Amino acid sequence: MSSILFRNAKLVCPEGGISDGDLLVQGDTIAAVGTVDAPADAEVVDVAGKMLAPALIDLGVFAVDKGACRFGGIARVGLMPDQSPVLDDPGIVRRAAVSGKPQLWVHPLAAATRGLKGEDLAEIAINASAGARAIATGRRWIANTGTMRKALLYARDLNLTVVAHAEDGGLADGTVATAGETAARLGLPSAPSIAEPLAIARDLMLAEETGAKLHFRQVTTAAGFDLIRAAKRRGVQVTCGITPAHLLLSDIAISDFRTFARLSPPLRDESDRQASLAAVADGTIDVIASGHDPRGPEAKRLPFADAEPGMAGAETLLALSLTLVRDEKLSLDRLFALLAANPAKILGLESGALKPGLPADLIVLDPETPWVIDARKMNARAGNTPFDRLPTQGRVLQLYKGGALV
Amino acid sequence: MHTSDHRPGAQIQGSAVFPHRHLTGISGLQPHEIMFLLDEAEQWVEANRSRAKSDKRLEGLTQINAFFENSTRTLLSFEIAGKRLGADVVNMHAAQSSVKKGETLIDTAVTLNAMRADVIVIRHASSGAVRLIADKVDCPVLNAGDGWHEHPTQALLDALTIRRRRGSVAGQRVVICGDILHSRVARSNILALTALAAEVRVVAPSTLMPPAMDRMFVTPFTDFDAALEGADVVMMLRVQNERMAGGYIPSTREFHMRYGLTPERLARAKPDALVMHPGPMNRGVEIDSIVADHPERSAITEQVEMGVAVRMACLDVLTRRSRGVEGWA
Repeated sequence: MSSILFRNAKLVCPEGGISDGDLLVQGDTIAAVGTVDAPADAEVVDVAGKMLAPALIDLGVFAVDKGACRFGGIARVGLMPDQSPVLDDPGIVRRAAVSGKPQLWVHPLAAATRGLKGEDLAEIAINASAGARAIATGRRWIANTGTMRKALLYARDLNLTVVAHAEDGGLADGTVATAGETAARLGLPSAPSIAEPLAIARDLMLAEETGAKLHFRQVTTAAGFDLIRAAKRRGVQVTCGITPAHLLLSDIAISDFRTFARLSPPLRDESDRQASLAAVADGTIDVIASGHDPRGPEAKRLPFADAEPGMAGAETLLALSLTLVRDEKLSLDRLFALLAANPAKILGLESGALKPGLPADLIVLDPETPWVIDARKMNARAGNTPFDRLPTQGRVLQLYKGGALV
Repeated sequence: MHTSDHRPGAQIQGSAVFPHRHLTGISGLQPHEIMFLLDEAEQWVEANRSRAKSDKRLEGLTQINAFFENSTRTLLSFEIAGKRLGADVVNMHAAQSSVKKGETLIDTAVTLNAMRADVIVIRHASSGAVRLIADKVDCPVLNAGDGWHEHPTQALLDALTIRRRRGSVAGQRVVICGDILHSRVARSNILALTALAAEVRVVAPSTLMPPAMDRMFVTPFTDFDAALEGADVVMMLRVQNERMAGGYIPSTREFHMRYGLTPERLARAKPDALVMHPGPMNRGVEIDSIVADHPERSAITEQVEMGVAVRMACLDVLTRRSRGVEGWA
């Protein structure tokens, strides 16, 4: 069995904290951490004081984009069911699950309902046996409360998490922005931000009543965080995520009709952005994900309301998230809980930490390396980033998946 | 008739008077730039009233009116404006174009550009569409209405009408009533009139009122009667039938009851208050015929007249760079 010894590393583990030491990989598994007895034939990688951390697990991407994931230090993605065809059939799920090989683990999130129509339950158990790690409502909210309750009940039986989209369709359908000054000035169809807490309130009640595990892929409003904070205190099995864009940008970013900042849910006002920073700091937010959705000019070079929502986020996920550490919103080891350990738990994976026995999905990271995000030179399939030309810091030097250099 | 005491062209100094390549909206214009366009328009008001209306300054230039959304009045107004300045005017209607065949807006823009247009006038149903095209072409672009966003020449012609009839825009209490939410006319007028220091009140049922109106320096009202107190100008907006279908208002007769401009309602405004409407009117819905046709109070036909003059001024000013004439930057 081949061995790799990482020496002189600053080990960053969501569970073990930050420490100086070595890490031994044997085969595809982490064998030892800290002070290590390495076999004589181990390949030695001198990390030279750089960071060694778990590779990122990006929960809820819309495309399998190996180039972007490699650049971004992502070894695993949870793939949204909104594919063509929809991930609602075991053959399609199985194909999706192997679509990242060899360098990227793809964990499909199967459709909760057939064709993501929000009506009839998909074959959830069969799709789970085909490789689905959770089920998801897709880009949209399930309008029918009865259907959502059945999906939660059924997923609970199978111990699968339901990944939900939190926007009340009656308010949000057909809109492209958050109601406020920016949308009013631009003349864009907008929904009040309560579209989000309205959806969350209903689904939280259903999760509490059914005992199911519920994950809101993106929560972006103060009222939404308040509901989730209170539900967690009551013991509801709820988790939630957010993207760096919603943490770092407000809806002012859509001024001048910048379609790269057209997201779903839409960017919020500054007070909601501040609330999301507070929710990251206090632990209400469990996951930071990229929402990676590369879109070419045919979907983005359109009038704002006609453009598709979504951003290319995989390769900027880590660098932008490190901003939160520099701003002292959270510690470095906690950041990797949000980027790796927590997504792993939600997907039922043994991964996301530097612990013996776990898969050797690792990154070597220099958190200081400066670089400039450039939409024209991205590794992603499209450069639709709302952070174009933003100077940032933090670069993945190496990515290992299962002990193999990607 | 009351006319302002301006001197056409008196403010032209070098090339710094209008430093914009395009006219995509009132947003981004300084008050003096708006005044400059109004001043420029005055000469065309007089010229248009004379028998020989032609001017040759745009001779040899090609003006394309690219209308992706149906329009009769605005298209006609831009066509007449261009022709009176001597331009070769070509109209492109979306119904006849490859837009219906799935060509993207950008491709259409690039095509128009390749045909060497000297000025392009665009109307489109999506907010921001005109800005998108303006970024892709080499010639000046004029926004003739984009979605709910802006309709700058309408705001300019309304401001010119108010200035000529009331002597000044500054200090006038202007009440804008109707479907504010979906109205590009309302947005451009709010920006232009507040920039020129008018007091603007907007009136609509809350279902048709955009959020954060106070941030645009106007006062929102749901009660039309209250808003009309002391008004100098009452500007009615067209109620579109699809708003009924969208459930924003229950019926046209209910809208008329609460927001129709009747002679009784108009009596709450100043005795000499001006009545305006961008047209086309729904008589009996947002405005009664007796008000719309009032010989002294209604400025509705004058708005149409000012429209041609304002559009001539905009076409002239925006093509000055390519014609090598001063008055641009």
